[in-house]
Amino acid sequence: MIKHSEPVSMTSSNVDELPSPTGFSKRPRVMRFYNTPRIIGRMSVVGEKESKGPVGKYFHKCETDDKMGEKTFERAEIRMFDTAVRGAVRDARLKIDDIDVMISGDLLNQMTTSSYAARDIGVPHIGIYGACSTMTEGLMLSATLVDAGYFSNVVCAASSHFATAERQFRYPLEYGCQRPPYAQWTVTGAGASVVSKNTKETERFPKIVMAIPGLITDYGVNDLNNMGAAMAPAAMDTMFTLLTQSGFNSDDFDMIVTGDLGKLGSDILRQLMLDRGIKLGQNYIDCGNIIYDVNQKCYQGGSGCACSATIFNSFIMEKLLSGEYKRIAYLATGALMSSQSCYQGETIPCISHAVVVESPFLGEK
Amino acid sequence: MAESTNAVKARNDRYNKFVETVTPKTNMAKALFHSFVVGGITCMIGQGIGDIVKAISPSMPVDMVSNITSMVLVTVAILLTGLGVFDVIARQGGAGSFLPITGFANAMASASMEFKTEGLIFGTSVKLFSVVGPVVVNGIVWSTVAGLLNLWIMGI
Amino acid sequence: MGVWQQIGTYAIVFGVGGALCAIAELLIVRTKLTPARILVIFLIVGIILEGVGVYDYIFKVCQAGISVPIVGFGAALAKGSIETAKQFGFVGAFAGGLIRTAYGVGVAIVMSYLVTLLFSAKAK
Repeated sequence: MIKHSEPVSMTSSNVDELPSPTGFSKRPRVMRFYNTPRIIGRMSVVGEKESKGPVGKYFHKCETDDKMGEKTFERAEIRMFDTAVRGAVRDARLKIDDIDVMISGDLLNQMTTSSYAARDIGVPHIGIYGACSTMTEGLMLSATLVDAGYFSNVVCAASSHFATAERQFRYPLEYGCQRPPYAQWTVTGAGASVVSKNTKETERFPKIVMAIPGLITDYGVNDLNNMGAAMAPAAMDTMFTLLTQSGFNSDDFDMIVTGDLGKLGSDILRQLMLDRGIKLGQNYIDCGNIIYDVNQKCYQGGSGCACSATIFNSFIMEKLLSGEYKRIAYLATGALMSSQSCYQGETIPCISHAVVVESPFLGEK
Repeated sequence: MAESTNAVKARNDRYNKFVETVTPKTNMAKALFHSFVVGGITCMIGQGIGDIVKAISPSMPVDMVSNITSMVLVTVAILLTGLGVFDVIARQGGAGSFLPITGFANAMASASMEFKTEGLIFGTSVKLFSVVGPVVVNGIVWSTVAGLLNLWIMGI
Repeated sequence: MGVWQQIGTYAIVFGVGGALCAIAELLIVRTKLTPARILVIFLIVGIILEGVGVYDYIFKVCQAGISVPIVGFGAALAKGSIETAKQFGFVGAFAGGLIRTAYGVGVAIVMSYLVTLLFSAKAK
């Protein structure tokens, strides 16, 4: 039995006066990587819709055909995943044989995409499921393995596909149903990063300095369409832990990035953080919110593993490599329900893992 | 944890109320208008098909006319689903497109097409009723009840 | 039948059909019921209307306005069941609904199958 520490008394205004049974800010949760694992390779592959969005020009590859000439959408996702992993390894100037282990996940049952892709890639594979938070979970675990010295090169990846996710979690593609205005759109894409140990050759790359494993947070939202609202408390929990335990406050980050809360979810998160006495400023963005244009009719924005995985491996990494961002916090959120659990009347448990990545130019002018 | 369960429940209620206030609402007037128009037009097309059938063969019984009407509507809806047009209309029409018999047809055809990749036996044939199943099952159960009740009441 | 009467019928069809759909839409937006549940609710309404014997009177006025929405499907099921039960005794109640609606359901199954052979689902 886990012993919970005393609930922290909060002077919050309205929404959640934290009677939390979770030992909110007292349990130390920050993992610090003193050997500073580096992210030396990256690749992002997206579908056509994403490539037309506001950050479209940063993505490495755009697949214009949803099926990519394959027989099924699932095969297409596997192919996209494969492209991302191989591309990231190439970007790191390594060969597939140099990779010690792959840590990856996706949204489908039994993680078929990553397992099937791993079959073809042929490296040891650790499958992880964190729903849309898979990329941060992967980065955290890769950094842990590299930092501890078990492996020198680990590739982590995540993918999602609109058509496969839609079939698994919602209705058939051609079924004429209306989405409520607070729905989100699953991103088609795959992102991969190569995490390596810190050496003379790799020290010019961004480094992972800390990570925070998330806490399952459930504030009783049971609307399958309203993912943003369900996941915002999880992001709040991890972000609050980050800002109170890491020694950094929100101004120390050039960018705090959440995964796929969407517009509604990120507004709720801002409010929740404000209730905790932390005001998120201009340096907070949400990947789901920026991946699509308003007139692409994607309601509250993007969701899915690939949403933050592709943006992190393109836009964010670009800025870190150029030194424009010195330190970022990347918190992807995931909703851990299944299509059955919701019909059984369960609410949606959510999680958010955080990693803090620093630019190699940190400290320089 | 017993005392904290109540506190968690209270927090969840508070949070859900808060979410309710910030969640964007469907534009009610627009949604109602769209479903009214799309639904109304679908019914008028049905009426039109019925009138044409009647004009062609005036001696046809009323029941047969409505059977043929629904057969034509179903066929058209399924063809539109196949061409990928139906869901575009339905996104605007909302209830206007799923409440008429056309929605029933679309639900069937879309499920059937979706699971084609698992094969015609285990995909299409197994999943054909995955969306319309509730309608067919409840329809048969409750109409049987209606039939039996009617018989029982008449018998007395 | 005069032209004006014809136009009147079509106006009623449009109004009644549209109104039913608008009620369904209102239920979706207000109560967060899923489409499947709403279909079942309207279906059962149709069965009840037929069961208590008022559906025929409504149909005379509203024509396709009531028969094209799923309410008409429910009524047809119930009518089939009741009539066949009268004809063949209680065993008829089990078969009647299917017999009467077999035209629509049959064409839906066959057409779905054919369309599946010709087209594949597309992501939009």
